[in-house]
Amino acid sequence: MKASIFITCICDSMYPQVGEAMVRVLEKLGVTLDFPPEQTCCGQPALSSGYWEYARPVAETMLTAFKNSQYVVAPAGSCITAVKEYYPILFEKDPEKYRQAKELSAKLFEFSEFVVKILKKEDVGARFPHRVTYHSSCHARRFLNTDQYVRTLLTNVKEIDYVPLPHEEACCGFGGTFSVKLPEISEAMVDEKARNIMETKADVLVGVDLSCLMNIDGRLKKQKTNVRVMHVAELLDEGMRL
Amino acid sequence: MSERPTLHLRDRAVKALKDDQMRQAVRKAVDRLSANKDKAARELPNWEEWREQTKLIRQHTVNHLDYYLKLLTDNVKKAGGKVHFAPNAEAARKIIADLCKEYNAKKIIKSKSMVTEEIHLNTALEAVGMEVVESDLAEYILQLAGETPSHIIVPAIHKNRNQIAELFSKVAGKKVESDTPALTAFARKILRNKFISADVGITGCNFAVAETGSITLVTNEGNARLTTTLPRIVISVMGMERVVPTFEDLETVLSMLPRNATGQKLTSYVSVINGSRQPGDIDGCEKFHLVIVDNGRSRMLADEEYRQALNCIRCGACFNVCPVYRQIGGHAYGSVYGGPIGSVITPLLEDDIDFWGELPYASTLCAACTSVCPAKIPLQDLLFKLRHRRVSDGYGQVVEKFAFNMWKRFFKLPSTYKFAMKVASLGQKPLVNNGYITAKLPLLANWTNSRYMRAAADTTFRERWEKRKK
Ligand code: SF4
Repeated sequence: MKASIFITCICDSMYPQVGEAMVRVLEKLGVTLDFPPEQTCCGQPALSSGYWEYARPVAETMLTAFKNSQYVVAPAGSCITAVKEYYPILFEKDPEKYRQAKELSAKLFEFSEFVVKILKKEDVGARFPHRVTYHSSCHARRFLNTDQYVRTLLTNVKEIDYVPLPHEEACCGFGGTFSVKLPEISEAMVDEKARNIMETKADVLVGVDLSCLMNIDGRLKKQKTNVRVMHVAELLDEGMRL
Repeated sequence: MSERPTLHLRDRAVKALKDDQMRQAVRKAVDRLSANKDKAARELPNWEEWREQTKLIRQHTVNHLDYYLKLLTDNVKKAGGKVHFAPNAEAARKIIADLCKEYNAKKIIKSKSMVTEEIHLNTALEAVGMEVVESDLAEYILQLAGETPSHIIVPAIHKNRNQIAELFSKVAGKKVESDTPALTAFARKILRNKFISADVGITGCNFAVAETGSITLVTNEGNARLTTTLPRIVISVMGMERVVPTFEDLETVLSMLPRNATGQKLTSYVSVINGSRQPGDIDGCEKFHLVIVDNGRSRMLADEEYRQALNCIRCGACFNVCPVYRQIGGHAYGSVYGGPIGSVITPLLEDDIDFWGELPYASTLCAACTSVCPAKIPLQDLLFKLRHRRVSDGYGQVVEKFAFNMWKRFFKLPSTYKFAMKVASLGQKPLVNNGYITAKLPLLANWTNSRYMRAAADTTFRERWEKRKK
């Protein structure tokens, strides 16, 4: 099976090791990956701030970059949501781009969704003997409905000590530019998230969306806690090598 | 509608975030309400179908609002009532004040109504010398405190029982205990007399039924029933869109309203008023007036994109799951209507995307609101679109516009994107400490005041991939 990586700008620049972990897991599962070099960013920052005119040319890079891909896999629910939920609105008045957006949406998958739904792998053979809790990202949960796939994957990890996160469905307070436009509200939200995480006494917080993880990790680190924040691809990758 | 707050959204939020007591009260209440709602949803089979049906009823009604308002008006008249149409808040206040004067009213008792909050009715009536008393317990508390509702279903959600006992003690001139029986007993004693001596009862309207001309009011305290049966004159005030075609439709929306609001199958009281007392009737008021308030709703109706916000049944469920509302409570929104639905309708009703256009940004677009709304209003999509409307109408911030323009220039091509990433990675170097930027720098302060900033890696994934391929 062939698939293209949509790395997303946050993963590309801040979390390249998550991209590498994703590559290792998928290649072990028999996927031949490529990386269309024309890709940049989904355009979300401008898009969700109301600056659609600036977002459009950036979004167009996405449409061309993955034109020839059969499947596209990304380590971030929110960037996928930008394509699936907001591109149709963005290109409402441009039938050709609208069609391309729909075409891209249909072949675009969040990492865990791709593993379970397309590769039909519920157990990747990972072992992870740590206490783990899971933040259910808004976009994966409510827009993409891919939350179930992460749970499936985590349940099948051996020796994992999984603890549910209180209010796991609550937004972490990132919200893109929300976090800097209304930083005090954002802080209150991520603070509550961090407190809930601490309450679980988990060693590891896992998630599927790097922007949420970046936000939560930033708070946890500021509070000098030792909770390790990981993308699910990293957890599986590490678990498959143990 | 709302008087413009002097502070901007961010400052209002900062102020609210310092009020620990309020935040604790709100958190506790919304958790309880949401848990109750979830339970009610599990207990009603085919919950999603009920939502779909609610949406269809509301959509149909709103799409044919002119027809149903005419039908409603005709049927209210047939039942002996009079109907008044108020294009704006000022007209509504005048109609109601004139009616009260006409009936020589001095004392007015009210049951809970958001639309009368919207039109600032109480102050207008008091200004012409009338005594106005709120009979909903929470509204009565707020009236004593000189405050406004901070939640459309639980107006005094921000207050705890000790604060309430304090307010009551002031009125009583002696200590009133803070347990529920003591508090309600005290309010009942005061309010009973107010009900009996009132000349006019003013109510809101949860739903008007067009086919019969009936006004439906739901309460848990029975105060709407007393408000509509004891005074000789009853005036109901409704937002223009609060109508359903038939009693059958009413059954659906009345099944959803309390379940979504508080998790109740039904409120303790459901009152249905049909005009005034007719020969042969054993009860009913002498004169019944219905005031239908537009106040910006026609404009929303004409706007195909946002018309669906009129489908709201005012259940408050979106408030209860909103992570922003949870932190800042209702007053920080600055509008009569807060929460996600308030952030959508306030700029539209006010026709002011400049000032009130801040509200659609009071959301992370997490879609918790959309996921619960019984009328299936895509709230986060509307918030998303309102942001664009604000920017395209020219009310974006200059700095922000500049930043996004730069961002676009670099991010629209892989070559410039790569360049920007390299510059960021090198430029940040002196600030990076163990993979994070921790200093409180002026430009990054909004982030770094509360969080460490993840630093860009030395090499991007893209570079690593290219290297690997070689
Ligand atoms: S928008 Fe939906 S959830 Fe919010 S109050 Fe209205 S009906 Fe209820």
